[in-house]
Amino acid sequence: MRKTLPDKKGHFGIFGGRYTAETLMPALIELEEAYLGARRDKKFQEDLALYLREYSGRETPLYYARRLTEKLGGAKIYLKREDLNHTGAHKINNTLGQALLAKRMGKKRVIAETGAGQHGVAVATVAALFGMECQIFMGQEDIRRQAPNVLRMNILDAEVVPVTSGTATLKDAMSEAIRQWVTRVRDTFYVIGSTAGPHPYPMMVRDFQSIIGKETKRQILKREGRLPDFLIACVGGGSNAMGLFYPFKDDPGVAMIGVEAAGKGIITEMHSASISAGTIGVLHGNKTYLLQDEDGQVRDAHSIAAGLDYPGVGPEHSYFRETGRAQYVTIEDQEAIRVFISLARWEGIIPALESAHALAYAMRLAPSLDKDKIIVVNLSGRGDKDVEIIAERMEVHQ
Amino acid sequence: MMGRIEGKFSYLRDKGERALIAYLTAGDPSLEHTKEIILGLDAAGVDVLEIGVPFSDPTADGPIIQAASRRALQNGVTLSDILDMIKSLRKISEIPIVLFGYYNPIFIYGNERFAKRAKEVGVDGILVVDLPPEESAELRRYTDRSGIDFISLIAPTTSTERIEKISRDATGFLYYISITGVTGTVKPRVLDIKRDVERIRKITTLPLVVGFGISTPQQVGEIAPYVDGVVIGSAFVRMIEENRDRVDMIHIVSDYARKMKNSSSASPPP
Repeated sequence: MRKTLPDKKGHFGIFGGRYTAETLMPALIELEEAYLGARRDKKFQEDLALYLREYSGRETPLYYARRLTEKLGGAKIYLKREDLNHTGAHKINNTLGQALLAKRMGKKRVIAETGAGQHGVAVATVAALFGMECQIFMGQEDIRRQAPNVLRMNILDAEVVPVTSGTATLKDAMSEAIRQWVTRVRDTFYVIGSTAGPHPYPMMVRDFQSIIGKETKRQILKREGRLPDFLIACVGGGSNAMGLFYPFKDDPGVAMIGVEAAGKGIITEMHSASISAGTIGVLHGNKTYLLQDEDGQVRDAHSIAAGLDYPGVGPEHSYFRETGRAQYVTIEDQEAIRVFISLARWEGIIPALESAHALAYAMRLAPSLDKDKIIVVNLSGRGDKDVEIIAERMEVHQ
Repeated sequence: MMGRIEGKFSYLRDKGERALIAYLTAGDPSLEHTKEIILGLDAAGVDVLEIGVPFSDPTADGPIIQAASRRALQNGVTLSDILDMIKSLRKISEIPIVLFGYYNPIFIYGNERFAKRAKEVGVDGILVVDLPPEESAELRRYTDRSGIDFISLIAPTTSTERIEKISRDATGFLYYISITGVTGTVKPRVLDIKRDVERIRKITTLPLVVGFGISTPQQVGEIAPYVDGVVIGSAFVRMIEENRDRVDMIHIVSDYARKMKNSSSASPPP
């Protein structure tokens, strides 16, 4: 029998765990018990399936990108259209799951961190749906960069709390959300948006996002009669990638490639490539690959895609890298921008800048492969939120 | 041989006194200042010193200690520098020292190397905020062997069952977090502390200290009767920051410590 991970204490090999203040330990244990109960409960799973179908619009299509494939002249490229979910990204798969769990646990107040604002919007949305009070922690710098998402959260009646500590980005927003959770742990449910944080979050978020890979498997078998050769997804914290990869982890013929943000270039240190260029450490409750200096101080991450702008990565990705089950590569800002525009012009799909990283690697890989090979790219979100950033860049380059 | 921490609590118990424990963030405003302030606090009657090791992401700390950590890191202070400072301090002071911080800087320094060096320079205990009993074995394998006390935290949310487990493994003293919150924010309620302390006392005979949110001599006076020691953190850190440019900063801080110590000692046992 295959060993299922994480183990009882939340470890994936040497990674993961629960490195957190004592005040939160009882809450994490309570959450774990509640989640395991819900996972076994047919009614909970049915409720979740209903909301995913009728509220978020699942299943999302697995779209064969014919023009893109023909332009590249190699492997067939399929896009898993997570951008077609309600709120425009895969994030809602997880927030629906956690909100239903919060409801089940009798919590009437949810908090969350957000970087680009996609997770924040997805949390504000489910809070409105279930009538819960909602507070979103967002770095001051990200509030400035992602103003449309801040407005969306405000319209949804969530309170957006600016975080000015540290570098005022996602890392600090997460630290502040943890502090807020410590302070109101008894009545508050913390909705973490990625496969990060202390156990049980990496496992729970993975499970909720696994719908992506389960559907993909069914869809590709129906369409092609076989499994794909490559799965490609961008990795910041790693939830969309883990969601796609996990249901294929025991299919040895399927190669899995996580694409990290190389920002302005790995050698500039202005990047977010925790696995490709980081070292093992402990941040936000788990042991994983981190961007840090030689004294164990966590460094700032950089990416044009705010959703990848995090100096850590989900512990199970670190485990996949360590065991060789998945490979991790990097793409720079400039290439992501070019691909963002290419997909818009060739397929009429404007991808999120985050997802453009995954697509960029697929576009590098496809021409080198035979035409009978199959690549599935997770198009994790849509790019409406990024149009201003792209407009600024296009003016500069004209 | 009795360690400095055990020795201090035993001495205080005999005298019927409570420990006054002061926290400082090392390197704020500079490591030289930290050393001088520690000597001042020692002379003022502070019983145990917690030296905060700055970390980039202090998730258990409120705004005051967050800011102090950031300033210390901007000054380039490292764990290694702090251990060197303690070494030089030990030539002139026998005050029990607890290193207080987060796990990552220790993990990166190397658990084994840290345990050895910390013992060598005269560290008596460590309190690693984000290392609960479930994860502490990887560090304690080395610090227990070095004879460094592993100070454990108990929170208002901790169940009786967990208190039993935590106190079974704890050494030195137990640190009761008086509020559900981060350091230096809300004031704890004396009645809550009294109730929780009674709950913990039924389970363990280890010295029990209380901290997070205690900042005035008056609060110390109210809380001290129920515990073996009181920790003052953010209040000292704020005072150091507010008076950083004054030549008599160390006197101001020491005077405040003396008042605190008097309040803690003035309280009769309950």
